[in-house]
Amino acid sequence: MSVVENNDKYLQLDAVIAENKGRKGAVMMTLQKAQDMFGHVPKDVQVRIAEGLGVPLSEVYGVATFYSQFALEPRGRFVIGVCLGTACYVKGSKNILEKVCETLKVPVGKTTEDALFTIKDTRCLGACGLAPVMMINDDVYGRLVPDDVPGILDKYRAM
Amino acid sequence: MELFRSHVLICGGTGCTSSGSAQLLARFEKLLADNQLEKEIKLVHTGCFGLCEAGPVVIVYPEGAFYSRVKVEDVDEIVNEHLIKGRIVQRLLHHGSVEEDGGIKALDDVDFYKKQKRIALRNCGVINPENIDEYIAFDGYKALAKALTEMTREEVIDTIKKSGLRGRGGGGFSTGLKWEFAYKSQNEQKYVCCNADEGDPGAFMDRSVLEGDPHVVLESMAIAGYAIGANQGYIYVRAEYPIAVERLQIAIGQAREYGLLGKNIFGTDFSFDVDIRLGAGAFVCGEETALMASIEGGRGEPRPRPPFPAVKGLFGKPTILNNVETYANVAQIILKGADWFASMGTEKSKGTKVFALGGKINNTGLVEVPMGTTLREIIYDIGGGIPNGKKFKAVQTGGPSGGCLPMSLIDTPVDYDSLIAAGSMMGSGGMIVMDEDNCMVDIARFFLDFTVDESCGKCTPCRIGTRRMLEILNRICEGKGEDGDIERLENLAQNIKATALCGLGQTAPNPVLSTIKQFRHEYEAHIYDKHCPAGVCKKLLNYVIDPEKCRGCTLCARVCPTGSISGKVKEPHVIDSRKCIKCGACMEKCKFGAISKK
Repeated sequence: MSVVENNDKYLQLDAVIAENKGRKGAVMMTLQKAQDMFGHVPKDVQVRIAEGLGVPLSEVYGVATFYSQFALEPRGRFVIGVCLGTACYVKGSKNILEKVCETLKVPVGKTTEDALFTIKDTRCLGACGLAPVMMINDDVYGRLVPDDVPGILDKYRAM
Repeated sequence: MELFRSHVLICGGTGCTSSGSAQLLARFEKLLADNQLEKEIKLVHTGCFGLCEAGPVVIVYPEGAFYSRVKVEDVDEIVNEHLIKGRIVQRLLHHGSVEEDGGIKALDDVDFYKKQKRIALRNCGVINPENIDEYIAFDGYKALAKALTEMTREEVIDTIKKSGLRGRGGGGFSTGLKWEFAYKSQNEQKYVCCNADEGDPGAFMDRSVLEGDPHVVLESMAIAGYAIGANQGYIYVRAEYPIAVERLQIAIGQAREYGLLGKNIFGTDFSFDVDIRLGAGAFVCGEETALMASIEGGRGEPRPRPPFPAVKGLFGKPTILNNVETYANVAQIILKGADWFASMGTEKSKGTKVFALGGKINNTGLVEVPMGTTLREIIYDIGGGIPNGKKFKAVQTGGPSGGCLPMSLIDTPVDYDSLIAAGSMMGSGGMIVMDEDNCMVDIARFFLDFTVDESCGKCTPCRIGTRRMLEILNRICEGKGEDGDIERLENLAQNIKATALCGLGQTAPNPVLSTIKQFRHEYEAHIYDKHCPAGVCKKLLNYVIDPEKCRGCTLCARVCPTGSISGKVKEPHVIDSRKCIKCGACMEKCKFGAISKK
């Protein structure tokens, strides 16, 4: 990301902070917007939000680490979410997750060195009829068997 | 009003959207435009039909042709054959919807729907959720009008109380009583909240209502607001439900435009508005005090009750919180009366309940049945039984707070009290079926893993107690279980149940307790025989060579890194399970399929 582009984002963030300041539930709403803008909420963004809203940094950090939606580290270009809801689990989604980790050689929650993929185990995606299910960004893959995984990942590598 | 000769209903629920229904809609739109049929045929992008297994689903009226697993390529055929030439595309019809003589069954006669009664889901899959006029055409906002113009606040509360409606989020507390407490709390400012933070893994009832019929939630919240004296509502919905959030936003905008939300609704002095707050992925936020802390913008941690939210809730003001499905019943009760609702169900559980049926079952999807329907009817008559000729082992209800019920309890009627008596609970409506290939110790471990991950950390029993339980379960699944582990689990479980701060902590040990109670032999097999009967726990599996299939090619012995396979050329080989590290290399290499895990 270029410096100018980043600078723009910080200005946008300041606007969001100004808009939410004094509103009920401001910390969470601001963090959600920040996450949309930056893709994650690094330390300097949290500091800016705390100072801007006039709340302790500990409170911002507390909220950011409480909810699984907020990422403190940058994510890969493709976020792989393997559903570990009960319906998917009983149909073997753990084997799918293991296959993803094995293929990409990184553990759950981490990002590959080339910053292409981040692996997540997600809660129920609600597509229980397609179990076991995995999502890559907005694409849903259902009725999977572990052998499907390498082929699907190759498709994204080629993008 | 415009008239159309055919209506094409395309499911836009999450299940069908995931399998490509949006592309179907686009293709239909293009083909209808190409053939200049837009004025003759109406496309309706509906909410969930319930039978997610068959998705994406397309239904064409007036014939009622129920097409399942439709692909984009199939759309051309439906348009050319069915819509233009009037010939139903037999090969795409859902197998359960065809009569023996080849005719089409009415939807209500299809096995999956026959025993269902749709009240909460009545508009899902019927109307276009993004069009308020369609909701109004199906008696929408009529209940609100009736409450505001014909009923006193006390009468509204009384009707809900008499109907016997109990909270559908899992707790099962009387909705009318809850409203009455808030009504009696004196305060200038009160709030109505809706819990749409559906966190139970494997449950998607609330999302389907929000996606398929968002206005019913708004209407019922306004009725609740009138009853207790609140002018502001909040819907707390999971950010992971983008379609639901979008449809709610559209619905709120339309309702405001029509004056059904806002100032002086129906010309009365009652004003009410609704805002959305997005949850950010924390299971504990389904607990009422935690949810309110989260709406206030902080960490969603529960607090001890009393004071109850009806006295001191959101922003310190009297608040009621009901679940989406509860609201989905309210408008109908006001419209049709308490007696109508109370005539369905069992003595203490009235009305219907929606379940998300999933796991090892033929008809995965959403079902709504009268309270008192048995688990057997739901699993076999509606769900179509277990696929691939496997044997039923257990059904799990109540999610991470519930339990697993075995075959011997399958005739249990589904209502709040019977399920608790059987050792499980109603919960929000997840119903996961398991077959002989599922390991019950592993399932207990799965739920505990979830609870440990989601524990907010405020109270010690939940934060540390569940973690200790998980450690024991992990040990058992890895073949390191010890004599006394079952008793240790039971002891910890009882302590956590007795001392945890909120409902989630108190119920967290239930999956373990219920599996110990019903499937103790599986725990014992893991601990004493170091064996997983279902063949799930990898560290407890042994690789064996089938002497009938082995040709003695020696390939397996050559790839084995620990030299644990022996045998002469052209004679069956054997694996020494004491040396085997269970890497699976032999099984992968065997060309004759002679090696398996047991």
